[in-house]
Amino acid sequence: MKKINYFFKGFFLIEFVAAFILAMKYFFRPKATINYPFEKGALSPRFRGEHALRRYPNGEERCIGCKLCEAVCPAQAITIEVGPRHDDGTRRTTRYDIDMVKCIYCGYCQEACPVDAIVEGPNFEFATETREELFYDKAKLLSNGDRWEHAISKNIEKDSSYR
Amino acid sequence: MTDIFYTYLLPTAIIAGKSLFLIVLLLVSVAFLLLADRKIWAAVQMRKGPNVVGAFGLLQSFADLLKFVLKETIIPSGADKVVFLLAPLVTTVLAISAWVVIPFDNNLVLADINIGVLYILAISSLGVYGIIMGGWASNSKYPFLGALRSAAQMVSYEVSIGFVIITVVLLAGSLNLTDIVNSQSGDLGMLNWYCFGLFPMFVIFFISALAETNRPPFDLPEAESELVAGFMVEYSATPYLMFMLGEYVSIVLMCSFGSILFLGGWLAPFPFLDFIPGFIWFALKTCLLFFMFAMVKAIVPRYRYDQLMRLGWKVFLPLSLLMVVLTSSYLVLINHFSNNL
Repeated sequence: MKKINYFFKGFFLIEFVAAFILAMKYFFRPKATINYPFEKGALSPRFRGEHALRRYPNGEERCIGCKLCEAVCPAQAITIEVGPRHDDGTRRTTRYDIDMVKCIYCGYCQEACPVDAIVEGPNFEFATETREELFYDKAKLLSNGDRWEHAISKNIEKDSSYR
Repeated sequence: MTDIFYTYLLPTAIIAGKSLFLIVLLLVSVAFLLLADRKIWAAVQMRKGPNVVGAFGLLQSFADLLKFVLKETIIPSGADKVVFLLAPLVTTVLAISAWVVIPFDNNLVLADINIGVLYILAISSLGVYGIIMGGWASNSKYPFLGALRSAAQMVSYEVSIGFVIITVVLLAGSLNLTDIVNSQSGDLGMLNWYCFGLFPMFVIFFISALAETNRPPFDLPEAESELVAGFMVEYSATPYLMFMLGEYVSIVLMCSFGSILFLGGWLAPFPFLDFIPGFIWFALKTCLLFFMFAMVKAIVPRYRYDQLMRLGWKVFLPLSLLMVVLTSSYLVLINHFSNNL
């Protein structure tokens, strides 16, 4: 009986007709597509995008060169060199490079940072034409920080109650 | 001199002009049907599909065409250059040339030959040569496997398609496509169409047409999860475009062929709708079949190779053979042939 049932099911293409009806139901459903370059999906405040080095409101850079981010980085994408700054002798980085090609965007660097200097901002559209442009140096990271400071500080504030 | 002009040159020029018009019309409609295909597929998956180039993405196919034409044609160093470049040409030319016998309306046909059905069968069987040549000339593993699969697939489904056509030809009593459509006219309107009397054959024809044109779920020659793109792996730019074009032209050909054989070609479904020109009905029916083609692509997963062969040889062949016997015995029973013999 089961075999006969199976035969007739196949013979009359019942499953194909059912699939067609189901497909037609989906055909008229509202589309899930976002028109990407013109409209963008919502991002969580915890979104881990392009890196940035932040500054204090008075313009002083936050990073003190403790190298915790370099130590915690699982992809070893961060390279830091430290020395006293020549005008006031405070400990600062002389070099802060992130290889954005190596980076896996895990966010450990921003978790490790004691002064919230290195953060992963909400920007995810930083594709470049050459590989070399993705080797970020300190100047690039600081300029990212200046550019995204508004959004970054807002995101940190929103997320602060969960920490 | 004027003699030669009026007897040879002018008719040739007129035929050439008509053919050119047909080709342009065909290619433009294929461009839009390609977009429709993508849109339908997208809609079933709750996507929007191409919608950036032109209003609603209407110009997407033309943008793609430009892109293909402007890219560099890469010929692999191991490939047989002549055959490699000939293959897409063969596919496209054959796919387009089959259209000369398709009647768009009563007496609106480029070549009203009395063996139109045979002509289409012959041309669509030749289409496999383009694919085999492409797969062989690429001198590479995947294209070769794809071409082998394609050859086996097309040959096995041609058999059942042949039997399906024989039943229609038996009923219509003619191999001329115009006569086949006219034999479906009558007072009952759409009830006279063969898709109702020969419904199982219509289904078999549809599924075989899917296999014949390498459409999903029978797209084994280009199964991208197994063979990357099958016989088209090594192709790029214009030759690739020509393969795609040939494929879609033959899909639309199969749709219009199906609408001629089973859906009454240019005939209106109800007698009171006769005032609408025939070619509009023909286009509508072709689009309906194309919609079904696109839906099948969206809802049916790809068949395994042995399942494909089993379906072709163990299900469709006996079924269509049985229907040929049943149809002809029915016709003998009602003395259909008595006045001819």
